Amino acid sequence: MITMEHVCKSYKIAKRNAGFGEAVKALFHREYEIIHALNDVSFTIEDGEMVGYIGPNGAGKSSTIKILSGILTPDHGTVLVNGRIPYKNRTRHVSEIGVVFGQRSQLWWDVPVIDSFELLKDIYSIPEPLYRQSLEELTELLNLTELLRSPARQLSLGQRMRCEIAASLLHRPRILFLDEPTIGLDAVSKLAVRDFILKENQSHGTTVILTTHDMQDIEALASRIILIGKGKILMDGTLDDIRRGGDNIDETVAELYRAYDI
Amino acid sequence: MKKYLSFFRLRFAMGLQYRAAALAGVATQFAWGFMEIMIFRAFYRADPASFPMSFSATVSYLWLQQAFLALFAAWMMENEIFDSIVDGNIAYELCRPVDLYNMWFSRSIATRLSRAVLRCFPILIVAAFLPKPYGITPPASPGHFLLFLVTMILGLLMTVSLCELIYILAFFTISPAGLRLMFDSAADFFAGALIPLPFFPEKMRQVMELLPFASMQNVPLRIYGGSMTGYEMQKAVFLQVFWLAAITFTGKVLCLLAQRRVTVQGG
Repeated sequence: MITMEHVCKSYKIAKRNAGFGEAVKALFHREYEIIHALNDVSFTIEDGEMVGYIGPNGAGKSSTIKILSGILTPDHGTVLVNGRIPYKNRTRHVSEIGVVFGQRSQLWWDVPVIDSFELLKDIYSIPEPLYRQSLEELTELLNLTELLRSPARQLSLGQRMRCEIAASLLHRPRILFLDEPTIGLDAVSKLAVRDFILKENQSHGTTVILTTHDMQDIEALASRIILIGKGKILMDGTLDDIRRGGDNIDETVAELYRAYDI
Repeated sequence: MKKYLSFFRLRFAMGLQYRAAALAGVATQFAWGFMEIMIFRAFYRADPASFPMSFSATVSYLWLQQAFLALFAAWMMENEIFDSIVDGNIAYELCRPVDLYNMWFSRSIATRLSRAVLRCFPILIVAAFLPKPYGITPPASPGHFLLFLVTMILGLLMTVSLCELIYILAFFTISPAGLRLMFDSAADFFAGALIPLPFFPEKMRQVMELLPFASMQNVPLRIYGGSMTGYEMQKAVFLQVFWLAAITFTGKVLCLLAQRRVTVQGG
């Protein structure tokens, strides 16, 4: 179970106007702005739920994921994931979660994918039979047979993303965080990834928290939607709750963003 | 422990696959070694008696330095680590059940060892067959050779633990470029990578030998040639162990601090 209560996180950002004069001025006097990435965020997610976490760019989605995965420490508030405070007990916590950052890579660039997987096996201390079983299952579901022996640098984005997802699931985490997992993928790869996430949730009861800008992802996957904007939770409900007008989900969401002025 | 061994294995295997880089490295080290020996030769011709080390000891120092460059060169840092801190890929490292410091340590050692293994043999073999006094001479005694090996390991650990400090400080500075520049020059100068430490003026040398930088290549390379007395060797090994413990401890503490206030850059 995941609970966040009154979580705040702010960043300090140096700002200046354009131009040489301004740059020189900034040498002597820096202006900072405090950005409140998260401002009193609270929610609870039960085991086995699939939650879509949506909001416009810069709303605080990634910050939330990073706090829940133990990378960032919040300024205020309490966070509990499976009864643990993520950032206090980082190494214990992360062995039970899996994270996919759609815009980054965790595979070693110059070696075959399978080498990265073997390394992960040792990092997470996965017992050999369990590793074999996971690998076999993931290879089949994500269609990786051809890819495992190629170096990561020579895979296409869609192929690599399938490998990235497999890499994050080898240790069978109870919670899976997906930060824009379908970004830049073609239609076929997107469908494959969605299909897989759905199966993973049904067969293993994995809790999935998904951030995305692709509303079809949300439609296909999330039974519950949390909308965040300007660091605040604006709505927590089901797909039907946000589908007030029309069938086109992109328009509905844009409408929603406008309605909340975010 | 097994996970760090796996990091080591993968990194080591990866390092071995860059054959062209190793070949280029060997060529560079030969050219550099010859150049340095020629320069020292010119000085020694003027007055061999005014130098603290015999010419053949200096030549051995230089060849060993070139052969094991990858073990001791402070500037050979892991660019990937800096990149991951600057562009935020460190996020992935942080969501794994590994200790960042230890993981970087095993990685760095593996990279340095794999590079050294590929590069040292051609240089050592050729240098051994060069005509006197331009070639490498056998170690002063079997005892010296043994101590050379031990202090070489300590020197490698020392080099890596100093580099770790720079990796960790990059968490605090947004861009590591300035830090690296300062560290690289300071380390090369104070470690005896440019000029062996005995060649420095007495007062300066005494201070330099106490600094952590002197615990890197200075100790093993000088022990090999037998230019240190028994007491000096004892002191040098003691300093190596002391600095290794102190710098590693500092690095670990800083690493914990850095992780507490880390911000992951780039969305």
